[in-house]
Amino acid sequence: MKFEKKSEGVYTLDVKGYVCPHPQIYTKKALAKVQPGEVVEVVFDNPSSGESIATMCDNTGDEIVEKKEEGGQFVWDIKKA
Amino acid sequence: MDNGERKRQLWALGILGFFGILSIGAYAVNEYFIYIAVYIWFGFIYGMCLQYGRFCFSSAFRDLFAVGVPRMFVGIMIATVLFGAVGAVVSVSGMSTFHAAPTSMHAIVAGIVFGVGMVFAGGCASGSLYKTGEGNGSALLVVLSLSTTIALFAPAGGFLNKLVPQSWNESAVAKGLPESINAGDGWLDQYLAGFIWDQPIITYAGMFGMSDQSVAGAFFGNLLVGVVIPSAILLAVVYIFWSRRSYIKKREKAGITGMTFKDEAGGYWTMIMASRRTAIAGLILGIAAGLQMLVTQGLRIKFGVKNVGTIFERLGYDSGLSVNGTVFDPGYWYVTTQEGQWMGWVFNKLGAENMDNIYFGFANGIPNPLINAPGWMSIALIGGAAVMALLHNEFKFKKPTLELATWAIVGGILMGIGSRLGLGCNVGAFFVRVSQGDASGWLFGVGMTAGAYIGVKFFNWWTARKMEKEFAGMEL
Repeated sequence: MKFEKKSEGVYTLDVKGYVCPHPQIYTKKALAKVQPGEVVEVVFDNPSSGESIATMCDNTGDEIVEKKEEGGQFVWDIKKA
Repeated sequence: MDNGERKRQLWALGILGFFGILSIGAYAVNEYFIYIAVYIWFGFIYGMCLQYGRFCFSSAFRDLFAVGVPRMFVGIMIATVLFGAVGAVVSVSGMSTFHAAPTSMHAIVAGIVFGVGMVFAGGCASGSLYKTGEGNGSALLVVLSLSTTIALFAPAGGFLNKLVPQSWNESAVAKGLPESINAGDGWLDQYLAGFIWDQPIITYAGMFGMSDQSVAGAFFGNLLVGVVIPSAILLAVVYIFWSRRSYIKKREKAGITGMTFKDEAGGYWTMIMASRRTAIAGLILGIAAGLQMLVTQGLRIKFGVKNVGTIFERLGYDSGLSVNGTVFDPGYWYVTTQEGQWMGWVFNKLGAENMDNIYFGFANGIPNPLINAPGWMSIALIGGAAVMALLHNEFKFKKPTLELATWAIVGGILMGIGSRLGLGCNVGAFFVRVSQGDASGWLFGVGMTAGAYIGVKFFNWWTARKMEKEFAGMEL
């Protein structure tokens, strides 16, 4: 697991290789840490985590601004509400 | 269509073709083998649905506590109610293959052990199978760990015998089992024959003095009282504690204030339909699980057998049958015992004497994996999930890290033990039993919820530690 600052207000959370529940827990913790308006780019490859992260964002109001998917790898940009 | 997509489609077609040719070939050898083909195709359907809906029982309980997400809990309740409805019809028609299990507090204890295990493993038993179909190495490790644990735990005696209460030993020996079964030796044997078999079998229909096969018993007792009402109440609780606040927030954002009863009902429905994929998967799984009972029982009637072991005997395959001439043949969706049999068969071929116990020797046998019907259901489940993952470009080989391999092995061990204590996993001991009005099902569910809570608490602590290291030095 890696959490890095990519640019001003943008962070990358790399949880490739992790299975449930790790990606969604790490995403929750990362979003809790950053400031409103900042973006966390979550990189994961466990499809079922995506479903949980999407519902979690729907509940919290955090916005998934971009979803990319290629060869079983997902990159989601989530903007904290 | 790009090259990669064509390749994935060819692989998917290849897997489908493999099971198709296998089914037709088996039928061509002998019509009896259609019995195994039925298991294969229901397993295939389960695998496709599980992957499509990202349907994992583990996350139903875990994600509520971990990230406040109720989608999987909703999906499982949908599947349970539908399976219950189809099951009620099947019961009344006299075609049910279901047998209720003994009910006592053991189901809660078993559920706790299993619940902790499934959170550690990253998926329940079926979830690990379907994720294996997605190419996930950790999930495969879970399946191997669970299988090995069951195969070792079922016949284990030695120092474990010292942990058996005297009353269990006496009760087990007094059952007068066949000579080849040493019920007084082995922890699981004495637990089963000395404790579990002495517990009452309780169904909701039975509580009202009705038979499970009567219309009133099946629809009022087992379906309405045992499944629909508890499911609706649980969904209402989940709505109030996990979903209502965000629903109100969204309404306020849209400039709507105040909540009437109609609005609450709308919020409840919105929660149920929040994940279309999960809801659709739950719907198909529920109906398919009920239909499997109907089709299997139809074949049993056609062939004049009560267990596939009789078919094997007729065909001359008597190796690995239990002392009763039976093998594991639930006639419905069930996971863990067939996986335990795979490793049990390997150990047996390596020289282990593992047929003198109740689990293998008296009840389930250890058939050759090539003719293990529920075993093929599990293999086909992996295949169905692989096909779905390939078609959606979600298949990816993932080698487990040391950290994930550790959790997978620990989780598999706990799920293996929990499933034997509870006489089934999240599917056999919870989903199937709840749906069919067996009182022990909800008890196992209570235990699984508690176990999931413990597992999540642990992982919250573990991930917080790792995140703090990443946050260190950052201005956040």
